[in-house]
Amino acid sequence: MNQISVIVSRLSESFLLNARLFAATLIFALPLGLIIAFGSMSRFRPLRKLVRILVWIVRGTPLMLQLMIIFYGPGLLKMSFSWPGGASGRFMAATVAFVINYACYFSEIFRGGIESIPQGQQEAGLVLGMTRSQIFFKVTLLQVVKRILPPTGNEVITLVKDTSLARIIANKEIIMMAGEYSSKGLIWPLFATGIYFLVFVGILTLLFDWFEQKLNYFPA
Amino acid sequence: MAILEVRNIEKSFGSLPVLKDINFSMEKGESIAIIGSSGSGKTTLLRCLNFLEKPDQGSIIVNHELIFDAGDPQTQMESEMRKKRLHFGLIFQNFNLFPQYTVLKNVTLAAELLSSERLDYKQNKKNILSEIQERGKMLLDQVGLMDKIDNYPHQISGGQQQRVAIARALALEPDILCFDEPTSALDPELTGEVLKVIKSLAEEDTTMIIVTHEMDFARDVADRVLFMDEGMIVEQGSPEEVFAGPREERTRQFLARYQKAQL
Repeated sequence: MNQISVIVSRLSESFLLNARLFAATLIFALPLGLIIAFGSMSRFRPLRKLVRILVWIVRGTPLMLQLMIIFYGPGLLKMSFSWPGGASGRFMAATVAFVINYACYFSEIFRGGIESIPQGQQEAGLVLGMTRSQIFFKVTLLQVVKRILPPTGNEVITLVKDTSLARIIANKEIIMMAGEYSSKGLIWPLFATGIYFLVFVGILTLLFDWFEQKLNYFPA
Repeated sequence: MAILEVRNIEKSFGSLPVLKDINFSMEKGESIAIIGSSGSGKTTLLRCLNFLEKPDQGSIIVNHELIFDAGDPQTQMESEMRKKRLHFGLIFQNFNLFPQYTVLKNVTLAAELLSSERLDYKQNKKNILSEIQERGKMLLDQVGLMDKIDNYPHQISGGQQQRVAIARALALEPDILCFDEPTSALDPELTGEVLKVIKSLAEEDTTMIIVTHEMDFARDVADRVLFMDEGMIVEQGSPEEVFAGPREERTRQFLARYQKAQL
């Protein structure tokens, strides 16, 4: 009995790393994704091409590989930059990799959402003397948010589970922690990790449903 | 005294010429109807006046102020363009109301945003905003929608939506109000209420340019009718002149086709 509570508390502790990585990724990747989306829609062709190539590379290679490149890359290439030692450096490297990866996915969702808004909305704003940024923030944005909510929810849920990939650069997240027990022959902690993910995703699902309800007062 | 002078406007999409040497002027309080078949350039002309399209050639003068000259980049700066657009109001064929805002907010939004640029905005914020609200309500009352101010666009009919769009354009007090086929997207039984509002505006001497397929309406409301074909103004004159005794063969053919379609 005592052993169970020790294991549960250690699993919970390690899941905090998953949750922190999740939160940090969202905080940085959502705005960065919007910037990348604007880049990929730029009227300046070289920028647009460059951004689309970046998105292709990031979406076209495994996140696990990106984690390793970002963590080990600076050392292997003998760059002057290096990650801080210990757990904080590993967590920072993981965050950077996740932010870049998810920002690229988000950018494509945003681009699709923005491009799906009828041209007439922008034109109506223009003839009413609005600036382009007023049109974006006051007219287009909420309509975009409404449309991209379901695919964004998908991506956010995937992110919850992807956080466990951070163990590849030795971040002690929940599955890594459970793995230590299973390698000693104790298998149930590994299955128990599933409950953590399920509950977390359950809460997010409710949150997204609530938000969708909130925006239901006008048609997409 | 001309409120609007359009000189030598030309516009091509790629290699396709859409507007060829368009010239006309209008007086304050005048209403002009532009008729012509689809693809004749009517809508493009309106879009050029509102700077949704940039003319390749020509100039536009409002109240004796040169607001656009294709040969002078000074007149085409984006920041200036925005202010110059306010000389014109545009009512779209498919309304383009903002779906996430109430009817009243649709009418007041642009005025609110513009008022924040006023120097006295900070001190007088409350008064300015309540004035805009009052004016919005007055305009909605004028188009007969006082009971709909808190509805969202999807909750009202197409004809009502278009009347909101008219109130929205009026809120910024444009010098010239432009209508781009305002009833084309409406069910026949809903066109009447919109035409009635436009007609009442004409009777109050609102300066208007109306692109329309409703010939009876054009005859009824317009002081002058422009007939366009293949990107040119082929003929213009009073409704009586153009409808009863067109001088040009192309106008006759167009009106004959239209009459045949009516039967």
